[in-house]
Amino acid sequence: MKNFKTIILSNQEISPGYYRMKILAPGYNELARPGQFVMFRVQRSLPPLLRRPFGIFRAGFLPADCESMPPKEFIEIIYKVVGSGTEIMQGLHHGDPVELLGPLGSGFDPGTPEEEKILVGGGIGLAPLYMLAEKMVEKSKVRLLMGGRSRDDIITVTEFERLGVETYVSTEDGSLGEEGLVTRVLERKLDKYPKASVFACGPMPMIEAVQKICLERGTSLQVSLEALMACGVGACLGCVVKGEGHTEVDPRYLCTCTSGPVFKAEELNWNKAAINGVESGGCK
Amino acid sequence: MNKSEKNILQPKMAVEVAGLRLKNPVMPASGTFGYGEEYAPYIDLNQLGAVVTKGMSLNPKAGNNTPRICETVSGMLNAIGLQNVGVDAFIKNKMAYLQQYETPVIVNFFGSTQDEYGEVAARLDDVPGVAALEMNISCPNVKHGGIIFGTDPEAAFAAVSLVRKRTNKPLIVKLTPNVTDIQVTARAAEDAGADALSLINTLTGMAVDVKTRKPRLANTIGGLSGPAIRPIAVRLVHQVVQAVQVPVIGIGGISRAMDALEFLIVGAKAVQVGTANFVDPNAMATILAGLEEFCRDEGIADINDLIGSLEL
Ligand SMILES: Cc1cc2nc3c(=O)[nH]c(=O)nc-3n(C[C@H](O)[C@H](O)[C@H](O)COP(=O)(O)OP(=O)(O)OC[C@H]3O[C@@H](n4cnc5c(N)ncnc54)[C@H](O)[C@@H]3O)c2cc1C
Ligand SMILES: Cc1cc2nc3c(=O)[nH]c(=O)nc-3n(C[C@H](O)[C@H](O)[C@H](O)COP(=O)(O)O)c2cc1C
Ligand code: FES
Repeated sequence: MKNFKTIILSNQEISPGYYRMKILAPGYNELARPGQFVMFRVQRSLPPLLRRPFGIFRAGFLPADCESMPPKEFIEIIYKVVGSGTEIMQGLHHGDPVELLGPLGSGFDPGTPEEEKILVGGGIGLAPLYMLAEKMVEKSKVRLLMGGRSRDDIITVTEFERLGVETYVSTEDGSLGEEGLVTRVLERKLDKYPKASVFACGPMPMIEAVQKICLERGTSLQVSLEALMACGVGACLGCVVKGEGHTEVDPRYLCTCTSGPVFKAEELNWNKAAINGVESGGCK
Repeated sequence: MNKSEKNILQPKMAVEVAGLRLKNPVMPASGTFGYGEEYAPYIDLNQLGAVVTKGMSLNPKAGNNTPRICETVSGMLNAIGLQNVGVDAFIKNKMAYLQQYETPVIVNFFGSTQDEYGEVAARLDDVPGVAALEMNISCPNVKHGGIIFGTDPEAAFAAVSLVRKRTNKPLIVKLTPNVTDIQVTARAAEDAGADALSLINTLTGMAVDVKTRKPRLANTIGGLSGPAIRPIAVRLVHQVVQAVQVPVIGIGGISRAMDALEFLIVGAKAVQVGTANFVDPNAMATILAGLEEFCRDEGIADINDLIGSLEL
């Protein structure tokens, strides 16, 4: 983990409101583990002030500019435009300077190869699941359940397919794939593959619903959470979530940035409103 | 002095605050640098004038509900609620790590009663490696209706006096800006035996999400920090420097060398960098390099010649 100044290689809209940014990132193929994130410095002048956290979608190599040079390493992030920082990001181009702090946080534990794996992604929450799928498909059967409000929220599914992941799409308005919530698909898949372990990332209501389903069935679950972050390195204590056994008198806060963003479901306190209030419209 | 005639290769950066000799005037602000360890992968702690730790209380403190932070224009609000591991766990688990560095460690602490302040100070008093204590008086006094110690000069005087009796370490008192006349609290702290004053802590503020019509922080009110508060902080440091004899450490919105220079010129002996660490974990190293460069460019051989050089 370190901070370095780098440049953008490309930045493209992949679906209305969703962008994919490729950033020059030496060392990341070696360093980055599935589920980790970077603190991205949008630009060097104000605003915005604070860095923004983004999951690492994928790391890779580009051919070198000339023969004597090593291939260029990059990472990709996928982001949704939701506010001032991401609005600035959508206007960035090839060659623009940015800073990356990372890779940060705990990653997913891929578990044992013989188990079946079910990935559940809600909208932009899909981002940190790609590297995990890449890692797991070699040895395990991986299925992706991708949900969103409408077809615009269904992104990069074909890339998962290219990895050899079996994909199931659902949208709330039925504009793509099955109509309804992704959790309904999850229940069906768990009926069929009761021994599968589940990896989920998406909006909090989805994560909570997935947790309920997995708890009832005793299914192993890892979730990747989002929280408002200032530092990303465990120093500000702004990003905490309530851990298992948390009570008012015996509080157990965990930093999303260092203990997470990936947690085993049993590490967390799932009482309503126990989780960081991003969904209630908090800000940085 | 004609500055162009002087050729300064290595300006002297060492300063003295509260009897501590610091190799340079740049240190982190409490609560923005964890226990030091969190930032060690990004910045060489040996480069810093001092390390200032997260605020410690007698018992571990859980802190507030979330959301705890929120970005505002050129700043941020926080209501972390002083979450910390408690002074004993700090001494046991966190000090050893910091002692491998040669940088002096300043331990920030607070209490909710006068006695608690005294007790925390006493426990830190004989801990090796603790170079000085920084007493945060921006906390509610639970025995007196929750009035902030630092906004009530009498309560501040009493608490600082008590702490003074219970520690032989150099004592820095950190002032809150949320007062009508900061010179009054500054003098109260000085009279009670503070060896130095540091300021400012955060300004109280609030932000509202207009769609949900809820406060953006679970705690409703939080502390504003970052570039937005710098002019207020510079003004307050200027006023305190006029009012007291003890050295002053300037804090508030410092993110570049130019910002730090403003504080030094109005008379701060050293500066603390807070929110800027979040933006750039290497910020303090960049500030330090910038200070040296400024001294070279301006022909200043010793940073102390710059301190308090404000022309009025
Ligand atoms: C570990 C982690 C990984 C993430 N990965 C991705 C990713 O791969 N792609 C992606 O698009 N987003 C991701 N996010 C969310 C992303 O950080 C926010 O969307 C971004 O910071 C918003 O910045 P903004 O300035 O555009 O919005 P702001 O103006 O700051 O806020 C606009 C809205 O976005 C919400 N928001 C702000 N910050 C966050 C946050 N940290 N988490 C959730 N909601 C937030 C606010 O509540 C507000 O409603 C991730 C967050 C975390 C913590
Ligand atoms: C997240 C956060 C946590 C803080 N925690 C403490 C603390 O524990 N004790 C303290 O005295 N000040 C604390 N502060 C205040 C800072 O030390 C500093 O006085 C203030 O942020 C102003 O400086 P800045 O604008 O450079 O951030 C905290 C500030 C922030 C942003
Ligand atoms: S973001 Fe600062 S502690 Fe996690």
